[in-house]
Amino acid sequence: MTRDPDRVYEPVIGLEIHVQLSTRTKMFCGCALSFGEEPNTRTCPICLGHPGVLPVINAEAVHYALMIGMALECEIADRSIFHRKQYFYPDNPKAYQISQYDVPICGAGQLDDVRIHRAHLEEDAAKLVHAGASGRIHSAEHSTVDFNRAGTPLVEIVTEPDLHEPKAAGEWLRLLRATLKRLGVSDVNMEEGSLRCDANVSLRHAGSATLGTKTELKNMNSFRFLERGIEAELKRQEAILRDGGEVEQETLHFDPQSGTLSSLRSKEEAHDYRYFPEPDLVGVAPTQAMLDRAREALPELPAARAGRFESELGLPADTAKLLAFRSELGDLYEEALSADGVDPKTLANWVTQESAAADVEPAALAKLVVMVSEKAVSAAAARQVLGVLASEGGDPAAIVEQQGLGAQGADELREIVDRAIAENGDAVEKIKAGKSQAIGAIVGAVMRETKGRADGGEVQSLIRQKLEL
Amino acid sequence: MTELAQLTAAQAAEKIRAREVSADELWTLYRERAAADDLNAYMWVADEPDGGDGPLAGVPLAVKDLFCVEGVPSYAGSRILEGYRPPYTATSVSKLREAGAPVLGKTNMDEFAMGSSNENSGFGPVENPWDRERVPGGSSGGSAAAVAAGSAPWAIGTDTGGSIRQPAALCGIVGLKPTYGAVSRYGMIAFASSLDQCGPLTRDVTDAALLFRHMVGKDPCDSTSLEFPEDITLPSTESLDGVRFGVPPELTGEGIEDGVKAVFDETLKKIEGLGGKLEEVALPHSPHAIAAYYVIAPAEASANLSRYDGVRFGIREGNGDLLSMYEETRAAGFGAEVKRRIMLGTYALSSGYYEAYYGRAQRVRTKIADDFREAFAKVDLIVTPTSPTVAFKLGERTNDPWAMYLADACTVPMPLAGIPAISIPGGLADGLPVGIQLAGPAFSENRIFDAAYALEQAIGFEEGPWRDA
Repeated sequence: MTRDPDRVYEPVIGLEIHVQLSTRTKMFCGCALSFGEEPNTRTCPICLGHPGVLPVINAEAVHYALMIGMALECEIADRSIFHRKQYFYPDNPKAYQISQYDVPICGAGQLDDVRIHRAHLEEDAAKLVHAGASGRIHSAEHSTVDFNRAGTPLVEIVTEPDLHEPKAAGEWLRLLRATLKRLGVSDVNMEEGSLRCDANVSLRHAGSATLGTKTELKNMNSFRFLERGIEAELKRQEAILRDGGEVEQETLHFDPQSGTLSSLRSKEEAHDYRYFPEPDLVGVAPTQAMLDRAREALPELPAARAGRFESELGLPADTAKLLAFRSELGDLYEEALSADGVDPKTLANWVTQESAAADVEPAALAKLVVMVSEKAVSAAAARQVLGVLASEGGDPAAIVEQQGLGAQGADELREIVDRAIAENGDAVEKIKAGKSQAIGAIVGAVMRETKGRADGGEVQSLIRQKLEL
Repeated sequence: MTELAQLTAAQAAEKIRAREVSADELWTLYRERAAADDLNAYMWVADEPDGGDGPLAGVPLAVKDLFCVEGVPSYAGSRILEGYRPPYTATSVSKLREAGAPVLGKTNMDEFAMGSSNENSGFGPVENPWDRERVPGGSSGGSAAAVAAGSAPWAIGTDTGGSIRQPAALCGIVGLKPTYGAVSRYGMIAFASSLDQCGPLTRDVTDAALLFRHMVGKDPCDSTSLEFPEDITLPSTESLDGVRFGVPPELTGEGIEDGVKAVFDETLKKIEGLGGKLEEVALPHSPHAIAAYYVIAPAEASANLSRYDGVRFGIREGNGDLLSMYEETRAAGFGAEVKRRIMLGTYALSSGYYEAYYGRAQRVRTKIADDFREAFAKVDLIVTPTSPTVAFKLGERTNDPWAMYLADACTVPMPLAGIPAISIPGGLADGLPVGIQLAGPAFSENRIFDAAYALEQAIGFEEGPWRDA
């Protein structure tokens, strides 16, 4: 390849997402899932890989996988099977992971504008704890194994390489996360590892259909790290290509602290997993009843919800997405919306722009927003009320009454305005001389007097009226 | 020689229920005999009986070492598991205990059930009680020798390619390999998961049926187990009127020793004498059974045995480094035959060779199953010699793996097809027992017991070390 500084490259990005399912028990045994218990207290002979044990498929995990498959519009396999994926590592107690290989439970699908390649069931590995400063294996004095996580059900979702910029990858992952959260099948917490994302990244000549050599970025545990990691890798690949070099196929680790990428293994070091069908299990052939049950369990999904907010309530696309992708906000919004007389757009602004809104009872929030619309309370005062509602709860009208935050009656306000004009002769002079911004001094005086309860716009127009401007 | 020891297990159970014999007395008798065993048949002998109060109450049971029994050494004949005491008990053992049979001891075996002579045990070979310079067969050699010698009234073993039937034949007792799935595999230390089945080794056919009756059933811990479609009945018919027997030339001609052939031909005459009909049936793919078996079984074994890595149980070797722990532990713990099969299986599953070996062997397996299906459309049972030879001398075949593998030529096709087969003593050749094998379609165990019982009465085999012990 020759040096080509002017060449335009197009990023091609595909994601592989591991989702820990929030079933009651593990994938192949009866152990309860672990949430930070003492190491090795959620184990049994099966998930420890003792001699003679056999796996049994967790029916609820299959149910969750079917729900995910349906939510991602995947083709559901009539019969899928499990394979053994073999490799030696202390976090892999049987030295094989039971995973789906060439016949996954969910085939081709789609979420938003990204095609899903497949989604399959498998079991999670144990957790290695490396004693030593870096916390990584290479410099560890010794390592211990916590098998609490071993055997936790996972669904691995693999996309087609349909993403073309880091931001879009992050955005799409947010949509996927919101979708999974809405399904209620996982805690989808990236920091805790219940949602883990790898990215396959390559560059190709803009307009070309031929894909470049890809690298795999492992385990980026936040949306920001995912975007930054991909960005860094794209930069690295572009520099290599512009320099006339070739990208090597390898697996990379992104260090968010330093922003650098280090190689975990090259293509030559790639494992031969020696997959073969797991003889201890029979295939998964979903019955009509299983399919019906999964379908009935599907809630309205974030993409559909955002569309509905946009088309039925007239919300701007960004606001609609914000509400739909954070399902707890969407739920709050919809519940508050059921109150009488609430304007959908005004309510949406309050829910999306005021962080305190998330902690307020929907009915109270609705009432407050109506009071603002009816000018019974100013926006500024309403924010104060919102803070009280979030920390203490209660009825917005009562809080307004109690703290004297209600908007002034028209006569009372007129008197205050008159007084302010009388007391600010200088400003009046200036205004009359054409310096209209001097009106600010009078408005400020009114607001001080009313402790912010008055509506700024209304005060201005009263002043203008009085001065006959 | 004591009268008590001459009772079959079924007779002893009957007398204990009738209070003619005390369970304590029977336990003491066999406990002493097992402890005094000088055939190297036992790995461990219990101090106290642990059986429940069921129909088998008080009749001690010898258990092949690969059945996990909680708190009891369970090494599967391997040094790599030295010191291992499982934290749980195999389903088959639990069921038999609940039915009343106390565990008498753990019996020696070829390491991880890989062998046909018991010479592959990590704890020394077992001697054949008929001739102590000869092998007892394998891999359930300890169980077979213990029953034949009269140090146990009955025993359980496992059969993957002949490991119950062949030692039963070489020791002059009865051994049944059940239909795949009839008996739970949970807690059986795995050799080849798609072939392994647990079954009885007994003094006569009635004992085999009685023991088997209490072993069968679907186990929620074994996804490949199935509910047995009918009750297991104790055989009583002495006629073979109208029963059609298929004689496959592929398993009854070439390679069968003269003495064995003579006993087999004699048996065919007895079948006709009892009203049975003989018919030649073809099993055209069975000559390929050994080749397919020695791809499939090692492939599965290579994965099943990967868990012996020094991390969680058994021995640990090495210099503290991860790779050295794996290598040294496995180098020190596994015997030569186990290593040979792990290498065979690893190779057969390797990327690029999978189709040529594993894929092809699976297709042969399907053909073999089809052969049997077609044969059983014409006949009720298939009859063959169990082993091509009588018990051979210790050391005679240890340097010739292929000659050793051929010991299973007549028994390997049935597990590949998942069908049941029994071996019963047919007579003597050169003073050593010859086994006759009857095979039937899946879940035809009752039919097999009936025919085997009728034949057993006609043969009148009344020899064996246990009768004089």
